[in-house]
Amino acid sequence: QERTLTGTVLDETGTPLPGVSVIFVGTTTGAATNFDGQYKLNIPEDASQVKFSYIGYIEQVVELGAQSIIDVTLQPDADQLEEVVVIGYGSAKKDDLTGSVESIDTSKFNQGAISSPQDLLTGKIAGVNITNGGGAPGAGATIRIRGGSSLSASNDPLIVIDGVPVDSDGVAGMRNPLNTINPNDIETFTVLKDASATAIYGSRASNGVIIITTKKGTRDGIQVEYNGTVSVGTPTGQIDVLSADQYRDLMIKQYGEASPEVALLGSSNTDWQEELMRNAISTDQNISVAGRTGILPYRVSFGYNNSNGILETSNMERYTTSVNLNPKFFDDHLAVNVSAKYVNVSNRFADTGSLGSAIAYDPTQSVKGSGDQYDAFGGYYTWLDADYNPITIAPSNPVAMLNQTENTSTVNRFIGNLQFDYKFHFLPELKANLNLGYDHSASKGGTYNPITSAWNYNITDPTMGGSLSHYDQNKTNELLDFTLQYDKELGDHRFNVLGGYSWQHFHQEQDDWWTNARGDSQADNPNAGTYAFATEYYLVSFFGRANYTLKDKYMVTATVRSDGTSRFSENNRWGIFPSAAFAWNIGKEDFIQNSAVVSSMKLRAGWGITGQQNIGGGNYPYMPTYIYGDERSQYVYYDPNTGKMIYPTIRPNGYDENIKWEETTTYNIGLDFGFFDDKLTGNIDAYHRVTNDLLNTVPVASGSNLTNQLLTNVGSLQNQGVELTLNSKLVQTGDFFLDFGVNFTYNRTEITQLTLVDDPDYAGVKVGGIAGGTGQTIQIHQVGYAPSSFLVYEQIYDDKGMPIEGAYVDRNGDGQITEADKYIAGDPNPDFMIGVNMRATYKNWDFSMSGRANFGQQVYNNVNSANSNLNGMSVSGFNSNRTADVYNTMFQTMQQHSDYYVQDANYFRMDNIMLGYNFNNLAGGKYNARVYGTVNNAFVITGYDGLDPEVSGGIDNNLYPRPRTYMLGVNLSF
Amino acid sequence: CINDLNVDPIDPNLDSKDKIYTDLNSYEQGLAKIYAGLAVSGQKGPAGAPDLGGLDEGASQYLRKYWEFQELPTDEAINGWGDPGQPELSQATWAASNVLVEILYYRMTYQITLANQFIRDTEGADFGEDDPTDRMNQMRAEARYLRAMSYWHALDFYGNGIPFTDENSAIGSTPPAPPASGFGGTEIFEFIESELMEITSEDAVQQLKAAKAGFVGQADKAAAYMLLAKLYMNAEVYTGTPRWEDAKVYLEKVINAGYSLEGDYANNFMADNYLSQEIIFSVNYDGLYTQSYGGTTFLIHGAVGGDMSAEEYGIDSGWGGHRSTTALVEKFEDGNEVQVDPRGMFYREHDRANTDLTKFTDGYAVVKYTNKSRLGYNGSDPNLTFVDTNFPVFRLADAYLMLAEAEMRMGGVSGTSMANLEEIWTRGNVSSDLQTAYKAELSSNPEGFLLDERARELYWEGHRRTDLVRFGQFSTSEYVWPWKGGDVNGKGLESKFDLLPLPSSEINANPKLKQNPAWM
Repeated sequence: QERTLTGTVLDETGTPLPGVSVIFVGTTTGAATNFDGQYKLNIPEDASQVKFSYIGYIEQVVELGAQSIIDVTLQPDADQLEEVVVIGYGSAKKDDLTGSVESIDTSKFNQGAISSPQDLLTGKIAGVNITNGGGAPGAGATIRIRGGSSLSASNDPLIVIDGVPVDSDGVAGMRNPLNTINPNDIETFTVLKDASATAIYGSRASNGVIIITTKKGTRDGIQVEYNGTVSVGTPTGQIDVLSADQYRDLMIKQYGEASPEVALLGSSNTDWQEELMRNAISTDQNISVAGRTGILPYRVSFGYNNSNGILETSNMERYTTSVNLNPKFFDDHLAVNVSAKYVNVSNRFADTGSLGSAIAYDPTQSVKGSGDQYDAFGGYYTWLDADYNPITIAPSNPVAMLNQTENTSTVNRFIGNLQFDYKFHFLPELKANLNLGYDHSASKGGTYNPITSAWNYNITDPTMGGSLSHYDQNKTNELLDFTLQYDKELGDHRFNVLGGYSWQHFHQEQDDWWTNARGDSQADNPNAGTYAFATEYYLVSFFGRANYTLKDKYMVTATVRSDGTSRFSENNRWGIFPSAAFAWNIGKEDFIQNSAVVSSMKLRAGWGITGQQNIGGGNYPYMPTYIYGDERSQYVYYDPNTGKMIYPTIRPNGYDENIKWEETTTYNIGLDFGFFDDKLTGNIDAYHRVTNDLLNTVPVASGSNLTNQLLTNVGSLQNQGVELTLNSKLVQTGDFFLDFGVNFTYNRTEITQLTLVDDPDYAGVKVGGIAGGTGQTIQIHQVGYAPSSFLVYEQIYDDKGMPIEGAYVDRNGDGQITEADKYIAGDPNPDFMIGVNMRATYKNWDFSMSGRANFGQQVYNNVNSANSNLNGMSVSGFNSNRTADVYNTMFQTMQQHSDYYVQDANYFRMDNIMLGYNFNNLAGGKYNARVYGTVNNAFVITGYDGLDPEVSGGIDNNLYPRPRTYMLGVNLSF
Repeated sequence: CINDLNVDPIDPNLDSKDKIYTDLNSYEQGLAKIYAGLAVSGQKGPAGAPDLGGLDEGASQYLRKYWEFQELPTDEAINGWGDPGQPELSQATWAASNVLVEILYYRMTYQITLANQFIRDTEGADFGEDDPTDRMNQMRAEARYLRAMSYWHALDFYGNGIPFTDENSAIGSTPPAPPASGFGGTEIFEFIESELMEITSEDAVQQLKAAKAGFVGQADKAAAYMLLAKLYMNAEVYTGTPRWEDAKVYLEKVINAGYSLEGDYANNFMADNYLSQEIIFSVNYDGLYTQSYGGTTFLIHGAVGGDMSAEEYGIDSGWGGHRSTTALVEKFEDGNEVQVDPRGMFYREHDRANTDLTKFTDGYAVVKYTNKSRLGYNGSDPNLTFVDTNFPVFRLADAYLMLAEAEMRMGGVSGTSMANLEEIWTRGNVSSDLQTAYKAELSSNPEGFLLDERARELYWEGHRRTDLVRFGQFSTSEYVWPWKGGDVNGKGLESKFDLLPLPSSEINANPKLKQNPAWM
C-alpha cells in the first residue's frame, strides 16, 4: 500500500522555504519544496529516514516512523549562512572582506537572449561599465571597471575563469573571447574593484578583476536541467538618409538638371539599409546533469546556440561542453577540482562596411543593374568607368558586399584546470594548493569573394579575380600556481597567511595565405602570398597575503606581489605591488547589535599599488629588433645584363630600452550596510586612483628613435569616483515578493601629465581616427581633461540656428582660425551611470526588469560628419547619397572638426524585461518546469541624433545595429 | 623559471641584430630598406606594417609626399581631394599643424635615422675575402648618399633649423638639437656637401660605384654629382652665397658620364623606363615586389579620372585627383589654346579651366606617366593596381637645363648648352619654327624662358617648387596661377611660404627646436 508524505518547510523566521531538497536517506527518491515550502512524496518501502537540506541551513534528518506529515523548521548554519565570496587565490566570507568586492549570482543575472557572458552582468554592478560592440551575434564588449587607468596599455579587466586568468587579447575568428563560456554554466561573477582586493593579482589587476565561477555538482542523486529558448531579433531603426526623390531634387539643385552628375542618376527607389536587414530567429539549447555519486560530485553540461544577426548573412553557431568534478580524498584532506570547458564556434561575419556603403549608396539605383555590363558582377549594380570597369574608389554595392563575402571561421577552444587542495594531515591549518591551467584555442577562418565581386575584379583576366584568404591561429596559455595557506584561530584572534608562486606562459602563432577566388598557387597567381607570425611572453610572480581578524570585528589585510615580465629588460623587469586594508565590522559592536534600524554595517579602507604591462604593439618593446619586409615590400634594382635584382628589406624597429611598469595607486573607502533586518542593504565606496609612468604611445622627437611614435612611460592620470549600491526587499508577504535594486556610479578620469618635464605648451596626443578622408583624428589626450576628449572648433550659427559653413569662433582672438582655436567639447566617458533592476514574484508568476542610464558622455556623429557634405554627392563618375542631416547644415564641404557633430549621448536603456511562470510539483513533485518570455533591448530613451547613443570609444560609425529581441524559453528540471 | 623571462623573438619575421646581420647579403637587405624608404610605406606591401605610426599609411609614403609638395602648390598641378590638409597643399595655405606638413617632415627625418642606424650597424662588418669588391664600403657610401639626399630635401623644404643626427646619435628618447646657428645657418648645407665630396672622392675608403657603373636605381657617383649640382644651384637660397661655378663643374661630370637622351621623350615615364639611357637616378617600382599606395602608383592612378579610360594607362581604375593648371597648359600653346609643343602630354577632353578645385574634370589631365611599356604591354601586376613605372629623380635633360641656367647666371649660355637645348627640343619633336622662337625668347628674356622651359621639359617630375623658389617666383604676386593663395585666379603668398613651417607636433615633441621665425 502506497504511503505519501507531505509537509511544509519553514525557515527560522517562519517563512516558507522553497527549493529545499527532501530525500529519503539511502534512496534516490526525493523532491524539492515548492514556492510555498510544501512537498509531497511517495514513501518507498525501505525508507526509514527523511533528510531536509538547503544551502546555508543545517541539514535535518527525521525518523519517519508512521508519520504521514512532517513539517520542519530549518535553522541557518552559522558557518554557511554568511555568503562566501571568491577572491584571489581563495575565498572569504563576505563579512571578513576588507576590499571592495561585489558578487552576483544566477538569481541576479540579466535574463533573455544572452549569448555572451558579459551581458549577464550589464548594469548590475556599480562602477562596471559594459558596452557591447553592437548587435552582431556573440559580439564582444568593452568592459571598464572604474573607468580606464591607462592610455595606450590595456584598460580591460583581468578575467579569471575558475582559477585560470585568461588572456584578454582576442582570439582570431571569435567576436569575443568570453564566448568560450556558456552563460548557462556560470554560477557567479565576482568583481574586485579596489587595489586591496586586486593587488594579489598584481601586474594584471590595475583595471579590476572579474572572477567567473561555473556551476558545480553538490547534491546527492541526479539532477537534470534543460533550458531551451527561441528568439527573434528585429531591427530597431535606421540611419536617416535621403530618399530617392529627396536625393534627386538635391542633385539637381547642386549640379543642374543637364549636368553629367544628374545624368548618372537611376530611376529606382532603393532603401539600401532595409535591403541589408532582416528579422533573425535564433535558438539556444542547454542540458546539464549534476549530482554526486559516492565521493564524486559532478556536473556536465552541453549547450547549443545558433544565433542569426539582423544584418543578413551574419551568424554564430556554438557548441559548448563543460565538466566539473570535485572529488575529495583522505577524509576530505585532499580536494581535487577538475574543470574543463570546451567550445566549438562557427561564425559567419557580415561585412559591416556594407552599413556605411548603404548610407552612401545612390538610392536611385537598384540592387541589380540592368544591362549586360553588370553580368560580370553577378548582376549587381556597380559604378563603372568608361571601359565598363568598376571604379575602385566608389562605394561597393552594399547587398553585393554581404552576399559576395563569405567570411567564416571555426574556433575550437579548451580551457581547463586541475586543482589540488591539500590539508596537511599533521597540521590541518596548513593547506597547499596546486593549480595547473591550460587554455588552448585553434582558429581557422578566411574570406572568399567570387570573381564577380566588383571590388576584387580583375580587368585583364576576370577569371583571375576575386579573392580567397585563410588564417590559422593557435594560442596556448599555460599556468602554474602554487600556494601555501595557514589558517589559525586563537581565542579572539584569527590569522590567515598565504604565500604563493605563479608562472604563466602565453604563446601564439598564426599562418596566413591569400590568393584569387580560383585558389591559384603562387606559380599561377603572382599576387598570392603567405605570412607567418609567432610571439610569446612570460609572467612570473611571487605573492603573499596576511589577514588578521580580531573578535570578528576588526580586520586587517596586507598583500604584496612581485611580478616579472619578459616584456621588459632585466633592469626593469620586476615590479613590487603592495596593498593594505582595514575593515571594522561595526555591525558586531554592541551598540549596533541592539539597534532596531541598523542590522549590519562595515567600514572598509584600503590602499594598494598595481602594475600594468599589457601593451599593444609587440612583446619585445625594450629590445632592438629588426623586421623583415614581406615579398611585396622589396626593392628592385635593374641590371642591364641580367634584369631584375630583387632584395627583401630589413627594418630596424623603434624601441625603448628603459620601458618599465606602469603603476596605479588606489585609495578606497567604503561602507557596507544593512537596515531593517537587512531588508535594505547596500554599500557605498569612494575611490581615488592615480596612475604614473603611463605606458603611452607618444610622438617622439624626430631623429631620436626609429619611429615617429614610441611606446614609453610618460604621463599620469587619475580617476576618482563614488559608487552606491542599494538593494531592498520592498515587499515580503506570503505570496508576493518584490525586490528592487539600484546602483549609482560617478567616475571622472583626468590626465594630469603627459610629458616628462612640465610643458604648458604641450598640446597632447591626437587619437581617435575618423572616417571621411584619410588620416583624420577627432580626439586628444590632453592634460586637464579626460582621455580621448573631443578636440573641435566651436561652430557659429546664423540667426535661424543653421550652422554657417566654415565659420568658427576665434577662441584665442588672434584674428585667424587656426588649430589653436580648437577646444575640448566633451569626452566619450559617462560621468554618471545608474543601473536599476526589480524582481517581483506572485505565487507562480515572476517578473523582472533591468535597465541602465548613462549621463555626461558625448558621441562624435561620424555618420553625419562624413556623409552630409553637398559636394560629396558626386565624385569622379559616381554618386553618393547623404544623410538627412544635410538639410540641417547645407554644408558644401565636410566640416568634420566642427563641434556641431559632438553630441550629448545621455540615455536610458531598458536592457531586459522578463515574465515567467513556474509549474511546481509536476508529476507528483518529480518535475519542475518554467516558461518565460523576455524582451531584450526593449527601448532606449535618448536625445542623441544618431542610431544608438551607446558607442564604445565615442566615435559613431558603422555600428552593427543592436536588435530588439523577443524570446520564449522553457526550463525543465527533474 | 625566472630564466623564462629572458626571451628571444620567436617571430620568423623578427630578429635581434646579431642574428639578422650575418653576411654580406643581409647587409644588402638592410641597405635595400633605405632605398625602399623612398618607395614604399612599410614592411608589408602595399600596407600593413607601416614605418610611421598614427598616419594614413598610403598617404605617408615618401615619394608621394615629396611629389605633392613639389608640384601641388605650384603652377604645374592641383589636386581636388578633400582629405585633411590636402586642399591647403594645392593652394599653398598650409599651417604648422597641417598633417601633410607633418608627414613630409617625418618621412625625411625617418629616412635619415634609418640611414644612421644602417651605418652604425655596419660598424666592424668586414667580410674579407668573401667581399672581393669591397661591397661593404660601397654600401656604407650608398647609405650616406641616401642620407645626404634626404638632408637635401629637408634643407630645401624646412631650412637649416632641422634637428641634426648622424651615425653617432644614440637611439632613445633624447631629442636631437638643430645646428647651432639654426635658421639662416649653413651647417646642413656643409654637411651634405662634405658627405657627397667624400663618397665621390677617388681616395676615400667608402666611395660609390663609378659614374654609370651602378645598377638602375642604385646610387653611383653620377647620382652624387647631380645631387651636388642641385645643392650648388640652390646655394644662394640655402646659404645666401651663390655657387654657380661649382654647379657647373659637377654638371659637366654628369653630362660627360655617358648618359644620352632617349629617342622618345615618353620612354622616361613608362612601365619599362628602367631601359632609359637618360635616367641618372630613379626610385624603382615593381607592380609585384614593390607595392605601395604612394609613389608612381599614386601618381598614375591619381592623374586618371572623369571619362578617361584607365586601361589605356595600364591601371585598373582612376582616383581622379591631380591634374594640370591652365598656367602649365599655356606653356605648350600658341596663345590661342592650340598646343604647339608636343612635350605637353594632356588629356584635353576635360574642361580646361580650373574653376572648381574639387572637380577633377576642371583642368586637363596629365598623362605623362603610364603603366604601359614601350610596346604597349601592361606592367607586371595582373590586377593593374600597382605599377612598374620607376620615378625619374634625376635625368640628363635636367642636367642640360641646369648647366644652361648656371651659365646664364654667370654671364651667358654657352654654345655647348645651346646645342644641348636643341637636342632636347629635337628629341621632343619641337618644330624648327618653335625652336627658333624659343631661341629668340632665351636671348630676350633668359631667366623667364629658362623657368618656363624647365616646366615644359620637367613638369610633374618633382622639381617645380624648388625651381620657382630659386627663380624668386614661388611666393611672388607678379607670377600667379589658379588657386595660388586660395584664389581661383591666383594671388601672391607671404614670403614665409618659401619654406615650410616645422610641424607643430615636432615642436611639441622636441623642446630643443625652435619654429622658423617667419612662421612664429
